[in-house]
Amino acid sequence: MKFGYYPGCALHGSSNDYEQSVRACLRLLGVELDELRDWVCCGASAAHSINRTLSIALPARNLAIAERDGLSELLAPCPMCSMELCNSRQQVRYDESLRAKISDIVELPVQGSVEVLNLIQVFQRIGIDEIADRATRALREYHPACYYGCLLTRPRSVVEFDDPEHPTSMAEILTALGADPVAWNCATECCGAGMTMAASDTVVDLADRILSDARAHDANCVVVACPMCHVNLDLKQAEIERARKVRHELPVYYLSDLVGLALGLDERALGIDRHLAPGTLALAGSARVSEE
Amino acid sequence: MSRVGVFLCWCGENIARTVDVERAAEEISRFPGVRVATTYKYMCSDPGQTKLRSTIETERLDGVVVAACSPHMHLRTFRNAAAMAGLNSYLLEMANIREHCSWVHHDRPVATGKAVDIVRMAVNKVMANRVLEPIRVPVTRRALVVGGGVTGIQAALDIADAGYEVALVEREPSIGGKMAGLSETFPTLDCSQCILTPRMVEVGQHPKITLYSYSEVAKVEGFVGNFTVTIRKKARYVDTSVCTGCGDCWGRCPVKKIPSEFDYGTGTRRAIYLPFPQAVPARPVVDAEHCTYLIDKAAGRAKPRCGACQKKCEANAVNFDDVDEQVVEQVGAVVMATGYELYSIGQQQPNPAISGYPEYGHGRFPDVIDGLQYERLVSASGPTGGELRRPSDGQIPKTVVFISCVGSRDDAKGISYCSKICCMYTAKHAMLYRHKVPDGTVHVFYMDIRAGGKSYDEFVRRAIEQDGAHYHRGRVARITAERGALVVHGNDTLLGKPMRIEADLVVLATAIRPATGVTRLAQQMNVGTDENGFLSESHPKLRPVETPAAGVFIAGACRGPADIPESVAQASAAAGKVAVLFARDELTREPEIAHINESTCAGCWTCVRACPYTAIERTNVTDQRGNVVKPTARVNAGLCMGCGTCVALCPSKSVDLDGFSEEQMYAQLEGIAL
Repeated sequence: MKFGYYPGCALHGSSNDYEQSVRACLRLLGVELDELRDWVCCGASAAHSINRTLSIALPARNLAIAERDGLSELLAPCPMCSMELCNSRQQVRYDESLRAKISDIVELPVQGSVEVLNLIQVFQRIGIDEIADRATRALREYHPACYYGCLLTRPRSVVEFDDPEHPTSMAEILTALGADPVAWNCATECCGAGMTMAASDTVVDLADRILSDARAHDANCVVVACPMCHVNLDLKQAEIERARKVRHELPVYYLSDLVGLALGLDERALGIDRHLAPGTLALAGSARVSEE
Repeated sequence: MSRVGVFLCWCGENIARTVDVERAAEEISRFPGVRVATTYKYMCSDPGQTKLRSTIETERLDGVVVAACSPHMHLRTFRNAAAMAGLNSYLLEMANIREHCSWVHHDRPVATGKAVDIVRMAVNKVMANRVLEPIRVPVTRRALVVGGGVTGIQAALDIADAGYEVALVEREPSIGGKMAGLSETFPTLDCSQCILTPRMVEVGQHPKITLYSYSEVAKVEGFVGNFTVTIRKKARYVDTSVCTGCGDCWGRCPVKKIPSEFDYGTGTRRAIYLPFPQAVPARPVVDAEHCTYLIDKAAGRAKPRCGACQKKCEANAVNFDDVDEQVVEQVGAVVMATGYELYSIGQQQPNPAISGYPEYGHGRFPDVIDGLQYERLVSASGPTGGELRRPSDGQIPKTVVFISCVGSRDDAKGISYCSKICCMYTAKHAMLYRHKVPDGTVHVFYMDIRAGGKSYDEFVRRAIEQDGAHYHRGRVARITAERGALVVHGNDTLLGKPMRIEADLVVLATAIRPATGVTRLAQQMNVGTDENGFLSESHPKLRPVETPAAGVFIAGACRGPADIPESVAQASAAAGKVAVLFARDELTREPEIAHINESTCAGCWTCVRACPYTAIERTNVTDQRGNVVKPTARVNAGLCMGCGTCVALCPSKSVDLDGFSEEQMYAQLEGIAL
């Protein structure tokens, strides 16, 4: 199985642990990732706040590269990237004059024929049963709070994925692998995302609410599929604990971390050792020890 | 040579503004076969019709074209006028120079030229028309009412009081519908049962009404005046002719704790049960899914367990061998009063175009309920005897939040219409809560308050001003459970701030949806539905309870969200229409139907398969001695709606449509082609 691969800035920079995890996990599942040659920024929230054409053209350049190279499905593990790519695809696909204009701007013909997938959708393509069959250990020790954040499921009409207010796709995968996801309240609440630089206090408040709610519902870890969510819940956790004078000590894993662990990969191979929240390695390690 | 008269209507300025009618009339008067072409400001008015009638007589016209609006609007008007002047109605045609011309063009000379073309086509057609006579059919003076809620009850009683027999079919064990379960009704706070149950009793006792409770309409065939209805009486396992309704049986039934349908799951019932004490008929039914005896019997056990009810019954009315029974009724008219059901708020929806409200947690949180469940919790006949106690722990809730427009007016959920009654019943709910729990707090989240109706807005103001309901204009994003309490996360857009309310009970005013299974039945009678599944009326203003299917009427919430007064008014309107139909000895139908040339019909049955009205049958041509000569298709004049599908499909061109014959159609086309 082969997918086009669009890492975006985060997976090549601040969240390269996510890329390590995704690549290690998918390699073991026999998936080949073909990284787009000479890809450009997706525009993120900056482009669509200032210039609509720019916000369509930037992702469209990447779609055009994928089309040129004969890739029909494109994995963008960052939900911001996948949402921007989906949006651009939808805009050019159904508007002929816009399509011509954008093709002209990006200096490549773009049709909008490439299907854009997030990480969960790639696991669904591989097949949940197939992954469960290949698993070598059950994730019995894990009681994850599945955290989807804002963009994995929204806007519904753009991403057309799962229920925007009550998503279940991550829990379905993890349940099949033996984990016991908890029912909680904050699965689609905002973590503060990119405001982590501009309004750090607000992000501390929002992320603290998410971590507290996960704890209150007896989760022993949080699972995400977004680099930005991981930054705000993991990297920032120590700051949150200091500011709010609480102790969360809640490991935050990427979805691919837990799938990788179930497939028998170790913490190092997945980059879990590079997460910061206390207890991350301990849970992963203890789970493995108890399994053995 | 024909003597055709052409009458061009100005339609005030509607036509005359863009079409130069005088110039057009002058040109048309020179058409071959046209005796006279004239204009009038309002042809449909009394002087206009008089002009039409007198010209027919003085000029001895043998064909008439009225160039005016759409034939949907006034064809019948002008055909009646022609008939009064002694001209066969079907020798009059309309040319639509309003919708098809003046309303869609700006350029006066172009529009005038097009109007002349349209009239030429109609003139060509009318010269090929021939005399047709309306088809006469007898009327069975007996009506079917489908649905025994307040609408069906009202319709059945009105028709029966007019002296005609009625068959009333209700799929639940008792009539009464949704209204029987309501506590009190807006805007007067009358006790719902007190005003409804006497009407239910009347239905049960009326000599002209045959009540089929716990029954469903399986099939409807036929046409206006002559419907054949198959009713499936579901096995009740109780012989209603000997049962006295004493109640010994359900007192003895050991299978308790079955969620009661009548209480929407807020209360329980036994396996043999009367849905509620005031049920009509006051006869129990056995629920085969839960009855120990019937489960054992179905599993093939030689000696089924239990049978307590049968042993206890002194009248010997319990019959475990009961089976479904089919009854056939002949009726002349049908009133559909199938009502509504509430939008299911859970994630799974029967219709994939509609999505649920999983973020409100209905089904996950026991204290998040819908409006009908709340009605049972505050009803004196409800499971708590009218004391408001919440489902989870039986405590009296001290803070209640009501959320209106759950599903309604929400394109994202697939329901764009307003459910109409929720603003009013939510105000009533808030009021009833404050009357029952005077120290409690009540919050209402709303989008707009729609209280159009007699004494309705005053009622809402009373809930706010006298009973102290806190109204917040804004939506609720999510309901969460935190440390065992429900937390409503909403927004007050007038204050411009987010709201976080800890609630003991949340009541959702969910959207009104048509009852399930109605579409199938409607299709059998050729009654259409709108995009939301509600039954379609013939005309939204002038024929609100009629349907395009002659003899089938609709009333109440099956045609769109409606409150009790509106439903009752429509029920009486439908009953009135039935009485009008039954006042005649025979009915006339439009004669514009298909005819099969039986000598050329090859018997391929393409038309039989294609006919959407099952109006074509397979039969034989016989000679005078009754010997079969050849097979042929034949049109049932009572059923044919004149759609022309068979005409288009017949490979041997053996079908023609009276009033729209090939000859007429080609003549009409030549009017523009040549």
